[in-house]
Amino acid sequence: MTFSRRARVLMGVAAAIALAFIYVPLAVVLVNSFNPSRVFSWPPQGLTLTWWAKAAQNDGVRSAVGTSVKAGLGATLIAMILGSMIAFAVVRYDWFGRTAISFLIILPIALPGIITGIALNSTITTVLQPLGISFGLLTVIIGHATFCIVLVFNNVAARLRRTGRVLEEASMDLGATSLQTFRLVTFPLIRSALIAGALLAFALSFDEIVVTTFTAGPDIQTLPQWIFNNLFRPNQAPIVNAVAAVLVLAFIIPVYLAQRLSEGGAGGRF
Amino acid sequence: MTAQTLEGHRASAFFYRHPRVRLGGLLSAPMLWLFALYLGSLAVMLVSSFWTTDTFTGDLVKQGTLTNYQTLFSQAVYRTVALRTVGIALTVTVIDLILGAALAFFASKVVRSRRVRYALIIMITLPLWASYLVKGYAWRITLEQGGVLDWALKPLGLHGPGLGIPATVLALAYLWLPYMALPIYAGLERIPQSLLEASSDLGAPIARTLRSVVLPLVLPAIVAGSIFTFSLTLGDYIMVRIVGGSSQMFANIIYDNIGVAGNLPFAAAAAMFPITVVLLYLLLVRRSGALENL
Repeated sequence: MTFSRRARVLMGVAAAIALAFIYVPLAVVLVNSFNPSRVFSWPPQGLTLTWWAKAAQNDGVRSAVGTSVKAGLGATLIAMILGSMIAFAVVRYDWFGRTAISFLIILPIALPGIITGIALNSTITTVLQPLGISFGLLTVIIGHATFCIVLVFNNVAARLRRTGRVLEEASMDLGATSLQTFRLVTFPLIRSALIAGALLAFALSFDEIVVTTFTAGPDIQTLPQWIFNNLFRPNQAPIVNAVAAVLVLAFIIPVYLAQRLSEGGAGGRF
Repeated sequence: MTAQTLEGHRASAFFYRHPRVRLGGLLSAPMLWLFALYLGSLAVMLVSSFWTTDTFTGDLVKQGTLTNYQTLFSQAVYRTVALRTVGIALTVTVIDLILGAALAFFASKVVRSRRVRYALIIMITLPLWASYLVKGYAWRITLEQGGVLDWALKPLGLHGPGLGIPATVLALAYLWLPYMALPIYAGLERIPQSLLEASSDLGAPIARTLRSVVLPLVLPAIVAGSIFTFSLTLGDYIMVRIVGGSSQMFANIIYDNIGVAGNLPFAAAAAMFPITVVLLYLLLVRRSGALENL
């Protein structure tokens, strides 16, 4: 297929419009965070860093960030362990339930979050609470880990498919034990994929609100919950603006790193 | 050789000779999590959808009854909201299909420079990970009355749609666009250039090549993308609260029954609607090979 010069230019313009559609709203949020006005007004009458400073000192924001980081780290750790284990089982072994597992593992992100949320909520209320596990950080971590597993799985499985077994067999032939082979050969091979998956898992957990709403209970609040609770309060708007602007910028870092580590893969979610 | 490495070798040999044991070890913890916790939870939800709550105390009444489902089917309001939600999900999917296919096609088949292509893909991927709420908020300040869009359209004497269902469709299409564009891009990348050249050598115009060669090959990728755009829209209740004005989607019914009304069994019964629709869709498309494209 070859395109005329005119067709290429036209398509280029269309793609530019699509990209503008993607980035203009995010730019609006960034610019608006420097808006000195206390209530929303557009265009901004000046530029100020006041709200960024106020947001950084806000107790609600700080404790919510702490909770989100803890939940994200916990969920990521569980996802790294479980996701890698399934990746090895699916790529390296032939067994009857292989395709069924690939289906089951994507369910938590293919089904809407509200379903995972309610399912876990029912289980916590009817099964876990009588056992002494009630709503809190632990239940949030459990909920987040459930949908983070697939991200680690995808990255590690893709790497395992690409690398094959030759190096491991060579290592065993040269007299290394399974443990040594894993530590010196297999793990270094999958390390960057594992980190990429972990970064994406953390990013997803840090941003999640639906499953969080149904598993957090009244005592803890993650950052997305804080934002949502304050989104409709006019006097909090400038702080919400600043937090939103930070999030727009902050997400570029882990995703950029993950892209680099997974050699330009689509992001591991697919 | 020390005793320790000898032991290590014995263990290695044992595991090497018993791949089933290795497999069992690898699968134990993940299976426990996915089956006991995740599928178990879905099962608990299914069971609790047949329960009711005591109207006075709010306690769960753990007796099987079809009351919740009867209410869901008999009241017209639930049907209206369900249909509206499926309509929104379909519209969002179609918008994303058009925009996503155009972007992916441009990146994969029109751009010649590798670096530009890579930059484009990064630019499509990045917002996927920007905060969901921030994106919703961005659309709220863009679309609300006196917002950015109204300001931009003012010189033309026009004004934006304001908050409501159109704003919800727009914001949701915006949110899920990368989920559609990226699988299509990956699908297009897998089509060898020689196939396209063969098609035009045989005299096919571009439109014919697209229809008869490209489309059948990227169909699994399109279906994979549509799983996300459709299913995520079906279960969304937050975006409609941010940009939808007073409109409701089906998931709001689920949410309100858990939050405000404290009626978990009814919420669980209502949740069966999106689950059924999504599972039917997944089963329908499983044969197309779409699930390998996720």
